[in-house]
Amino acid sequence: MSVVEVKDLVKKFGSVEAVKGISFTIDKGEIFGLIGPNGAGKTTTLRIISTLLTATSGSVKISGFDLHKNPGEIRKIISYLPEDAGVYKNLTGRGYLEFIANFFNTKQTRDMVSKGIEIADLGERINDRVDTYSKGMKRRLLVGRTLMTNPKLAILDEPTSGLDVINAQEIRRIIKNTTQGGTTVLLSSHNMLEVEFLCDRIALIDDGLIVEEGKPRVLMEKYHASNIEEVFTRVVG
Amino acid sequence: MSPLGNIIRKEVKELLTPATFLPIVIMAIVFGSMGNAIGGIEEEMKEKPVIGLINVDNDRFSTLATSILNENAEVVFNSSDIMDKQKGLETLREENGVALIVIQKNFTENILKGVPGEFEVYWVMKGAGIMDSISSSIVEDLISLVNTNITKELISTNTSVNATTALTPTFRNETTYFKGKELHGLSPSVISSILSSQSTLVPIIMMMIIIVSGGMVISSMALEKENKTLETLLTLPVKRTSIVAGKIIASAIIGLFLAVIYMLGLGYWMQSMQVTSNVNLADYNLVLSGGDLLLIGLSVFVTLLAALSLCMLLGTFARNYKSAQTLTFPVTLLALLPMFMIMFKDFDTMPLVVKVLLFCIPFSHPMMAPRALLFGDYPLVVSGIVYVSIFALIMISLSVWVFKTDRIITGSTNRFKK
Repeated sequence: MSVVEVKDLVKKFGSVEAVKGISFTIDKGEIFGLIGPNGAGKTTTLRIISTLLTATSGSVKISGFDLHKNPGEIRKIISYLPEDAGVYKNLTGRGYLEFIANFFNTKQTRDMVSKGIEIADLGERINDRVDTYSKGMKRRLLVGRTLMTNPKLAILDEPTSGLDVINAQEIRRIIKNTTQGGTTVLLSSHNMLEVEFLCDRIALIDDGLIVEEGKPRVLMEKYHASNIEEVFTRVVG
Repeated sequence: MSPLGNIIRKEVKELLTPATFLPIVIMAIVFGSMGNAIGGIEEEMKEKPVIGLINVDNDRFSTLATSILNENAEVVFNSSDIMDKQKGLETLREENGVALIVIQKNFTENILKGVPGEFEVYWVMKGAGIMDSISSSIVEDLISLVNTNITKELISTNTSVNATTALTPTFRNETTYFKGKELHGLSPSVISSILSSQSTLVPIIMMMIIIVSGGMVISSMALEKENKTLETLLTLPVKRTSIVAGKIIASAIIGLFLAVIYMLGLGYWMQSMQVTSNVNLADYNLVLSGGDLLLIGLSVFVTLLAALSLCMLLGTFARNYKSAQTLTFPVTLLALLPMFMIMFKDFDTMPLVVKVLLFCIPFSHPMMAPRALLFGDYPLVVSGIVYVSIFALIMISLSVWVFKTDRIITGSTNRFKK
């Protein structure tokens, strides 16, 4: 069953066409990766699916809800982690998670916060102000925030961007575990190793168009490549 | 280029932004306007005041008084019959005059007997602004000049009057007509002084609330963008109207709280600066009823709402904290302009174009409301509340609309952003 159905999606910014009619579907519990160079249209696509931007044409359905007609309903079942997301600096890590949880079902607020704290795994530092956190700590808190709400669809834009190896590995492990709870993941990344490790299926996007789509192993076989980086270079290059 | 030159070039480029120059340009314009207004005061002070004169006495000192007044003022009505008082007042109103001075019978005889002579002065007061009271101040000065000349005359002719009468040979029995009210025993300067709390304190406080709260709303939006928290907020299950309303209400609460602190300090300072008045305003029916206070409260509330929703709309265009500083200046200007206008001129005495301009600036209404209600000008206050409410509603709708468009994320619908 498809959780995400994107059909002929187009996004124009004035005369610039950032997304030129892309289509893809993501099944429940699947990790789907959008891979592409800078300016290919990955972030624009994720922003449209997360209700931040409006599509010029085409349709997006998430769990059966039409993005254009029911953005409010979609916001209840998705969770978006922007690439360069920030946190309210005057709050503690716990305070930030509580602030976010209060927008959801009030009966489960405490459970949500507990899950967020568990995912972030910041120990006692969760009670410290966010402006005292390192970049890795902030990102882990944000991943905790994104996944604690048990979203049907988690949209992660470069989830490990700017993180050291240890932090990046930990976040990849968290994302992988999330799908076991039934969450579907749509992510974008530059890191080909990450994509190969995490994604069940990937779509290569270039200049606003999906140029290839499939399972990483199948694509590697198709292009006689030893890794996704080579596939990417052969398809896009 | 040397390292020093390189750093200087980079710093100059960084500082050469609208945020640096706009405040200076706006302050220059405000000071320029104030300079013009002060220039206007000087011009008006040079002009002869328009008065009416009824000399019933027609004796030595009253003739001296009329000659001084005729020489230094533009006398549009002259009579020697006390019955012409009403006619004189009508002429004065038609000619935009300031005062009708009646020199009572036995004026000279009383002074020579050692009893101060009576000037009956009927003031036609047009407004309580600084510029409105210039001509009445000139007339008061002329009456003082008459006194000085009578004193000189008494001393030079060795008239045997007591020292008190020689030094203060006349007294004024005053009645002021202002905004449909007849106020006995009050001169325009006393009324202006009483109303100064309304003409200065209220506008200053309103200006402070608007600037402080407005700045908070704009900065809040700018910080959401600069700290990259806005995108997350906009994908949460919360209505756009709730985000807009939440930001506006929070800033309004803090703004009002700060205003109360500011008002307490400024109120005590103003009290200490003002001359204690023995005039009981209740005697002249110049008090605000509970309903009036409610209207003022409503006016302040809708204006704050209008100001904050305008700031919210401006805040959606802020890219970062620095650009937010620039965006607060239109609001500051809109708050400063009515404050100065109301301090200098009464709404009733302003030219039509200025009146329209003042009415269109939503922030001017609570500044004008206390004085307007004191003199029963309900249409101005009620129409102001209605206008500001509509303005606020439009601004809130526009803000919510911007929040629902790409503009809130991209800054512009035409700008490419990956």
